[in-house]
Amino acid sequence: MLLSDVIDVLHCDELLVLDHDRGRPIADCFAADLMSEVLAFSGHGALLLTGLTNVQSVHTAHVADLHAIVFVNGKRPEPEVLQLARERRIPLLSTPLTMYEACGRLHAQGLPASVKP
Amino acid sequence: MSSVAAVPQPLYAERFTIRGGDFEHGGEVAARIKSVLKELGVRPDLIRRLSIANFEAEMNVIMYAEEADLDFKVFPDAIRVELADRGQGIPDLELALRPGWSTATPEMRARGFGAGLGLPNIKKSTDEFRIESTPGKGTLLRYAVRLD
Repeated sequence: MLLSDVIDVLHCDELLVLDHDRGRPIADCFAADLMSEVLAFSGHGALLLTGLTNVQSVHTAHVADLHAIVFVNGKRPEPEVLQLARERRIPLLSTPLTMYEACGRLHAQGLPASVKP
Repeated sequence: MSSVAAVPQPLYAERFTIRGGDFEHGGEVAARIKSVLKELGVRPDLIRRLSIANFEAEMNVIMYAEEADLDFKVFPDAIRVELADRGQGIPDLELALRPGWSTATPEMRARGFGAGLGLPNIKKSTDEFRIESTPGKGTLLRYAVRLD
């Protein structure tokens, strides 16, 4: 799946997506609001679904080599979070769907769970 | 000929200060170290493991300690981190290393941390891990990722 597919499947608002980001490969997905769980259990290259919109979500994506963040429930981060994501080159999306609904739709499209090797 | 064994010198060394309660900057030390390791050409999977440990350790200081010095050193055979904090210390290390055990406040959880996974995750992500703590004084954490 590509990031452009995620955008379509989840009806995302593109908060921070550069043209070349749309072709970014998304191999699997991890969903959590606690960043320690992401750091402990997700593999690299995953899509992160979360309701956490502060800077720690971007730092987590950066240190764990995640490919993009989708904020659920229509959430939008503050400008400083967008700025940090721009510096770290992490695409940011927002979906109006709930966490469960978003996970279900991606899974139904064949996107598997991210697992730490 | 000298009989004294040569002390290994690091290829790179940097010291960071982390302040307790500074959630706003939490993650910046881990990010800075990650960029240094990238420039040094370290393997991406090793960078990822060390970065995860660094981020957890950094957030632990921000959540629980007053201040800490983080010494980051790159040797030919390993990347080593020593983190000495001044703070409340950990009364029961065995409990603190048990996944899911946490003394986090709701504010910490609202920041996405305090899941009781921090120390276990640092241990899991690294090849060497040592922790000593004196309640009321602070905690000394040492960990390393081997390069060989």
